[in-house]
Amino acid sequence: MMATDPILCLPASIDPSLLLGLSQAGYRLAVQDEAESSEDRILVALISARGGLEAAKALCAAVRNSSDDQIPVLLLVSQSEVSSLDHTSGLFDDFAILPSSAAELLVRFARLTAGRTGSDTDTVVAFGPLKINTETYQAMIDGRVLDLTYMEYELLSFLATNATKVFTREALLSRVWGYEYYGGARTVDVHIRRLRAKLGEEHASLIETIRSVGYRLGQPSWANTSIN
Amino acid sequence: MTKNDYVLRTVEERGIGFIQLWFTDVLGTPKAFHITPQELENALEEGMTFDGSAIDGFSRVQEADVLARPDPSTFQVLPYEGTGSEIARVVCDISNLDGSPFEGCPRHTLRRVAERARAQGYTFYVAPEIEYFYFSSADPATGPVPLDRGGYFDLSVGDAASGLRRRSVKMLEEMGIPVEHAQHEDAPSQHEVDLRYTDVLTMADTVMTSRLVLKALASAEGLVASFMPKPLAAVQGSGMHTHCSLWSNEQNAFADENDEAGLSTTARQFMAGLLVHAPEITAITNQWVNSYKRLVAGHEAPVSIGWARSNRSSLVRVPVVKHGRLESTRLEYRAPDSACNPYLSFAMMLAAGLKGIEGAYDLEPELTGSHGGARPLPSNLNDAVDLLENSQLARETLGDHVVEWFVRNKRAEWAAYKSEITQFELDRYLPTL
Repeated sequence: MMATDPILCLPASIDPSLLLGLSQAGYRLAVQDEAESSEDRILVALISARGGLEAAKALCAAVRNSSDDQIPVLLLVSQSEVSSLDHTSGLFDDFAILPSSAAELLVRFARLTAGRTGSDTDTVVAFGPLKINTETYQAMIDGRVLDLTYMEYELLSFLATNATKVFTREALLSRVWGYEYYGGARTVDVHIRRLRAKLGEEHASLIETIRSVGYRLGQPSWANTSIN
Repeated sequence: MTKNDYVLRTVEERGIGFIQLWFTDVLGTPKAFHITPQELENALEEGMTFDGSAIDGFSRVQEADVLARPDPSTFQVLPYEGTGSEIARVVCDISNLDGSPFEGCPRHTLRRVAERARAQGYTFYVAPEIEYFYFSSADPATGPVPLDRGGYFDLSVGDAASGLRRRSVKMLEEMGIPVEHAQHEDAPSQHEVDLRYTDVLTMADTVMTSRLVLKALASAEGLVASFMPKPLAAVQGSGMHTHCSLWSNEQNAFADENDEAGLSTTARQFMAGLLVHAPEITAITNQWVNSYKRLVAGHEAPVSIGWARSNRSSLVRVPVVKHGRLESTRLEYRAPDSACNPYLSFAMMLAAGLKGIEGAYDLEPELTGSHGGARPLPSNLNDAVDLLENSQLARETLGDHVVEWFVRNKRAEWAAYKSEITQFELDRYLPTL
């Protein structure tokens, strides 16, 4: 569901090469001057400050006010504008420095949308095609229910709630299993392999192995199959 | 959230109609009773009482009632059972009514040995290779009918069986059972599914599950998956070669890069334990009259005791580890067949290996060329049962209750077999004698 929601691109004068890259990556784009959108749901708002930082901030505020749904806002600024950004304003969630690339933006989007929920707010953790309802303990991949055991569920929901962060095996053992577990960190590998089996070939790579470090719920496959 | 909460919530959310409580008798036969979601909460908290006297190896003189205690960490929806309302399973431990572990429960037996290993700082990982046959018919009166004439690693076997095996592997993966590798085996219609290593107790549950899944999917297509050790006379039987390794924290305790064979002292002692005690544990790893038809020369099955790196019919094989992959150092114990009780077989293998470590056994020299070992494995069930009956190791590991019941049961099987006149005898003797 999330992957099909459009990216709101403001204003219409936004860098066309970025727009091209995003649409080549399979994204639907809503390119316009006004924050008000006819779309039901927006994946993320991309706001360029090329037309001036103050105008961009106004657009950020307008997006914030346009919907009860918390749309993540990514602000594009020039190097010289960075020092005048106020991170505590709450107007934007992240920023990128121009010139940027579609590849960079996709990575940032993944981070911004990780853990973002649909209308069923805080009980659903979503990451790419993965959705976990932490109230009913049910997980879905691409709309297909995953039949998980207790530990598999615990591990997957921990990784999803902390998506894109890398955890060592030891950290996963202590935070997911608890210290009383005796099997050693190899247990983590075994469970990761089981989860990948259940995710299926297509989505197994959602859980990334970070060589000689550990694991993370990585970029969804669409962000890996990168542009350029 | 507790494990029980997770199970109860999932049953509710998924609209699961029945829950199968699984357990295993002493011979490794899967058993189950079905309960409704309404009964589940109580079953998880207090267990379900049932009369064990009808179950093989469960009967006792004084009292017959035992308690099945579901292990919530094993709760798993069974995707192949889904017809309308879904079915899930939970594996149970069997205990006495006072809550103490029941001595006839194979899962408990294995856990006890695994805990002994852990007390010494080890976790035991195993990875079995399950061989089996697909038959289009398995009527005992007419004999098994193979589906194909394909051979080892054949790519082009365009038959029903290879597709079925692929679908079964996919199903196993969906159920969280990673498959390392699956292939057509040597014999016609013989297949092999290699499971990825996991801790020994989980693996015993997994072997039970895998056999059920393979059988269920074959049956749904009108075929039979058979784990009989030697269903066809002239071709190789179905073994369950089991790769073993001991881990101490993050280290493979079997690996030593400075050793010529890559093996640590621990590995050598463990292997020595397996070799020394192999004869007395064979009744467990090869528990049927038919098992000994597999353990004959000429079909890559072990017949004598020894270890080697290259000899593929040795009892213990030390697979050559790829350069730089020391962590995959392991021993492959090749006696067990696919119709063993995985709980008791793994328990005896681990106990034999630990004995070798505790007693600092010396490892005999490696077999060279195609020579067999000096000591034979028992060549029939009766001899194997004699060795088991007198085994101190078996009594320590399995307990007197199981050993005595098992010996009685197997003596009866042998007696029944002995009283049969086989086709072999009629063909060979009737015309001339």
